[in-house]
Amino acid sequence: MASMSGMLAYGSGFVTLALVSGIACLGLNLQWGQTGLFNVGVAGFVALGAYTSALLTTAPVAGRLGGYGLPIVVGWTAAMLTAAAASACVGAATLRLKSDYLAITSFGVAVAVELVLRNAESLTGGNFGIGSIPRPFERLSPEPVAFGLANLLLACLVVAGAVLVLERLLRSPWGRVLRAVREDERAASALGKHVARYRLEAFAIGGALMGLAGAMQAHWVGFISPDNYEAALTFQIWTMLIVGGSGNNWGALLGAGLVSMLWSASGLATGLLFPPEDQARAAALRIVAIGVLLAVMIVLRPRGLIGERLGVSRHLPGVR
Amino acid sequence: MSLAGAISLQFLADGLIAGATIGLGAIGVTLTYSILRFANFAHGEFISIGCYLTLTIAGACGAWLPASRATLGDFSLSCGVIAAALLAVPLTGLLALGLDAVLFRPLRARGTPITAVIASFGASLALRALLELAFSSRPRYFTQELQIAIPLGFGVRATPDQMALLGVTAVLVVALHVILTRTGTGRAMRAVSENPTLARVVGIDVAQVIRLTWLFGAGLAASAGILLGLVVQIRPTMGAELLLPLFAAAILGGIGSVPGALAGGLIVGIAEAATVQFAGAEWRAAVAFLVLIAVLLLRPKGLFGRAD
Repeated sequence: MASMSGMLAYGSGFVTLALVSGIACLGLNLQWGQTGLFNVGVAGFVALGAYTSALLTTAPVAGRLGGYGLPIVVGWTAAMLTAAAASACVGAATLRLKSDYLAITSFGVAVAVELVLRNAESLTGGNFGIGSIPRPFERLSPEPVAFGLANLLLACLVVAGAVLVLERLLRSPWGRVLRAVREDERAASALGKHVARYRLEAFAIGGALMGLAGAMQAHWVGFISPDNYEAALTFQIWTMLIVGGSGNNWGALLGAGLVSMLWSASGLATGLLFPPEDQARAAALRIVAIGVLLAVMIVLRPRGLIGERLGVSRHLPGVR
Repeated sequence: MSLAGAISLQFLADGLIAGATIGLGAIGVTLTYSILRFANFAHGEFISIGCYLTLTIAGACGAWLPASRATLGDFSLSCGVIAAALLAVPLTGLLALGLDAVLFRPLRARGTPITAVIASFGASLALRALLELAFSSRPRYFTQELQIAIPLGFGVRATPDQMALLGVTAVLVVALHVILTRTGTGRAMRAVSENPTLARVVGIDVAQVIRLTWLFGAGLAASAGILLGLVVQIRPTMGAELLLPLFAAAILGGIGSVPGALAGGLIVGIAEAATVQFAGAEWRAAVAFLVLIAVLLLRPKGLFGRAD
């Protein structure tokens, strides 16, 4: 019985974290899948969200800025706004240039964010990060199963809300313009669409979702440090999107689930197969495996498991 | 007064040496970008791989032929390391060709160049993880010997290794520049960079140009890695940490311009050294980002680049 409830608590925690990755993946799907914007700095935007929310909601700590003890919902909102603002700045600087420049600049953002996280100790706690981040439904925590399920329910609700809003947006004229921009920028602008503005909006909303994911993960784990936000995170989110199916919100969620499972399973396997002193090397093996998976998917099945349903509008069946 | 003067000149010398390495790497980035038309995020790994190949081959040489461990004149390097470096450069080029064959060529055939960027990002992480798997993340060195820096006047000091590094960089860059501007091969490469379709129409072997681009780019990256291994610890992340400076230098110099990439590398290198001197070593990595943003805002075509 005890192991049963242990499994339930572990399972709900796992699904919660997978759903949270799914939210970041939905953000990337809006940026890349729908609009064709190349973000190689996902980890940086996730980190911005995580640290923003942590600084606002934790209790004050001597020698560190922040610690305002605000409610979690304020932290999550601020996380979305900060990440959206940062995305908008990056977008404003690069979206009028060639697509690769956005990729390079967003990569630079991730490097710069990591640098600030590690070095601005009075704000971010440096390499040690920030602990004691309040968790949603904290008073349920003596009962792991109820606590886990309550958080799982919350994550489900947020994901459902995000999918609902995104699907509505994509079916709206706004979403059609995004796909038009992705497919043929010149045609879209010849039709009088302000291409740069649509791109900026999509990039900012996608960034907001990444910030939200960062905040939710920080509050579920209760502890953050710069090591959580390295290039490998960006890579995981990208693999989720490519495996699941770029351009399809359900594909993004499916990919998030599958890659999370694969990641935990490979962690379990290397934990069993390798002695403790070789664990660092075994972790490298997991990254190689995910890298090969991504490369194989891109080359052999670029549409992913469930790719985009191509079509202009549900009012024009059969028109592609 | 004399101390302040000495300090300010020494950072110029340090920056020049770091910048030469960045410049060599940036040339590969700029070639790949202008001819293959994508930003290669795996370029940093060519740098690390070149360095580790040299280390491995030199180690094998030293085991079979103890005489190869003898150092050469005033340099800290053994003959074995130098011979290994000459082998590692073409080997890294071949590895890049292999990566192109399995990953980038199928993507080119499908005509989705931007997907190549994420593929290269994946390749970068996988290659770095493989290096970690093979060599662990423990720092390595070509040599444990200490070298005495020689005063060069004006309070500037440099080791013989560092001066050789600058010399090798100059030779490599001049050689590549001559190839690109004075030979038929170079003309073909520039033609593909200008307009691949037209180049194919006039009978240029585009596949050959692509192979040469990888060979030159990865070969120079390997040389950059070997030179970098002389001045910093050899670790699997050494190339990845240089990636943002490489991009910043290539864009600052103007995409497609070899002299521009070197100039960009030197500017980034000197700016980094100045930052280390005046703001603290921990902010060094921010310099490349600031340079990148400044170029994109003020002059996106770079110093020597063509407008689109």
